[in-house]
Amino acid sequence: MQLTRITGNRLWILGAYLVAAAALFSAPLVFSDFRLNLLAKFLAFAIVALGLDLIWGYTGILSLGHGIFFGLGAYAMAMYLKLEASGGKLPDFMGWSGLKELPLFWMPFENFGAAVALGILIPALLALGLGYFTFRNRIRGVYFTILTQALVIITTTLLVGQQAFTGGTNGVTGYSTLLGYSLASPETKRVLYWVTVAVLIGIFILCRYLTGSRFGKVLRAIRDGENRVRFIGYNPAVYQMVIFTVSAAIAGIAGMLFVLHVGIISPSMLGIVPSIEMVLWVAIGGRGTLIGAALGAILMNWAKSEFSTAYPEGWLFFMGAMFVIAVVFLPKGVAGLFQWRGKDRKKWLPAWARGSGGKLRTGEKEGSVPQG
Amino acid sequence: MELFILQLFNGLSISSILLLVALGLAITFGLMKVINMAHGELIMIGAYATYLTQNLFLDYMPASMFNWYFVLAIPVSFAIAFAIGLVLEMGLIRFLYGRPLDSLLATWGVGLVLQQLARTIFGAPNVAVKSPAWLDGGMQIFGGTLLPYKRLFIIALVIACLVAMYVYIYRSLEGRRMRAVMQNREMAACLGVSTRRVDAMTFAIGSGIAGIAGCALTLLGPIGPSLGTYYIVDAFMVVVLGGVGKLVGTVLGATGIGMFNTLFEYWTNASLGKVLVFVCIVAFLQWKPSGLVAMRTRSLD
Repeated sequence: MQLTRITGNRLWILGAYLVAAAALFSAPLVFSDFRLNLLAKFLAFAIVALGLDLIWGYTGILSLGHGIFFGLGAYAMAMYLKLEASGGKLPDFMGWSGLKELPLFWMPFENFGAAVALGILIPALLALGLGYFTFRNRIRGVYFTILTQALVIITTTLLVGQQAFTGGTNGVTGYSTLLGYSLASPETKRVLYWVTVAVLIGIFILCRYLTGSRFGKVLRAIRDGENRVRFIGYNPAVYQMVIFTVSAAIAGIAGMLFVLHVGIISPSMLGIVPSIEMVLWVAIGGRGTLIGAALGAILMNWAKSEFSTAYPEGWLFFMGAMFVIAVVFLPKGVAGLFQWRGKDRKKWLPAWARGSGGKLRTGEKEGSVPQG
Repeated sequence: MELFILQLFNGLSISSILLLVALGLAITFGLMKVINMAHGELIMIGAYATYLTQNLFLDYMPASMFNWYFVLAIPVSFAIAFAIGLVLEMGLIRFLYGRPLDSLLATWGVGLVLQQLARTIFGAPNVAVKSPAWLDGGMQIFGGTLLPYKRLFIIALVIACLVAMYVYIYRSLEGRRMRAVMQNREMAACLGVSTRRVDAMTFAIGSGIAGIAGCALTLLGPIGPSLGTYYIVDAFMVVVLGGVGKLVGTVLGATGIGMFNTLFEYWTNASLGKVLVFVCIVAFLQWKPSGLVAMRTRSLD
């Protein structure tokens, strides 16, 4: 963003962001501890939504595997917390499964710094690996999406199956302290909330920078016409790999914060359904706008916590309907309603009738009919 | 030797189930490029249709007729899933052609609604469907190895479906129109093919086959509202591995995954076996990114 181009409008937006940030930081003054904890959880989800928006909204790659990256980050933190709670002894579930000593791969998680680093690195490396073996071969679009979903299935099967090492279906829970501070005390919770807000804002700024940069322009070009980008001389695979890795790392960070607020992580929190729910947050909020994705995550989760306990059946109907509505009527989500411009009017037509004028098509088929 | 035959049969049995589940997808995904995540729920609908047929027979037919309910259940599940597929296409999928990822999300939503609907109507617990007596027991071969009739029946059912689909797609007028529309929509429309009608029919047939798959699954165990979700991702892997657009690819993909799954699970355990199969699929896609049997095309995207 060039400083000289900041117009009155932009200043206004900047002001709105500052107000929002201030409101988030002062939330503990208004909310009860219970509400604050919920909000903190939603903010962690908003961080995942930002990462997901980077690859889906900006690059046109739909990943249904973000639950796994989120979960791996969460497990990394959970393993550290569990070891700290066990105080030098073997974590309880290992004893139940008959393990005599700590498995080797648990050792690094005794150290907080190492656990945090691994919570970012493991998802990132997994994403890089999957990306390397798919994007390089131009496996993309739907095929990539299905592979990410298969990744979710096998990771959850593995987590459930290897009970002695992962805690199985119950997951990892029963923590007491973080770096010596009790996790149950309101003070710690408040500090953790502020940390989450700070991380959210930091990642928001990072995403903002990424999408506004030259790199971000190439990403959007890949979304709108991957082959054209290739013909100009860029290698889309490299860009896709990098952004997928960054996105997975962001999901890992969010997972670590999530565990600190919620106090448990289990395979059911990172399976197929949570993964696709994450996509719904972005779809509802507005893919291709960062603030939309973040707000979508917060609003959808708020709605879920309000309604799903009271009307569990109605909630699933509602969520199913939201998927359909978001895709058919709000291709750009709620945020899209605020940027209605004349050239977008054609989005009501089916894609193949829209020709190449249609924007933000996440599919790979280029319309071949010229506009009539 | 005995063990080998048993494992081979197990592999074949898993392959046949995968194939039955994936056949419908091969049409909707392979030919129409629509990711129908509600496919699993259409399977579930087929299974509940079988359950209902069974109950009707129990209530209104003489007991001596009960064993033949299954013969009627197959066309009934096809018809019900077909009808729901038709409604789905006309009400939703029609607006999503050319946007595969969007169709994925929208149909996932539809799937959620259908699952919840099933839970409201039939209750959340699984229900059991009593299989007909003529499918109990099995065939003895080579001193002791027992091949259950149910599994053999499913294999036969898959073969029948395959033949029917082959005849429909490659030997009938309707099928030729279908292939024409999928290959070049605009040109087919110019030549007078009603693409709307063809789309609706194609999707409905794919859904109907999902219904048959659901009917077959009732033979293997109790059924519940989330029956379809167990199979859907595996079925998609079959289509991705097999390549889109040709039936033979789907057959090879299903056989490959089914066989390797049995083999790996025999060597290691159930969870590691799945991981190994996934790794093999990704490795295989390195070599042939568009699957085992790919349609040759000159178009870029």
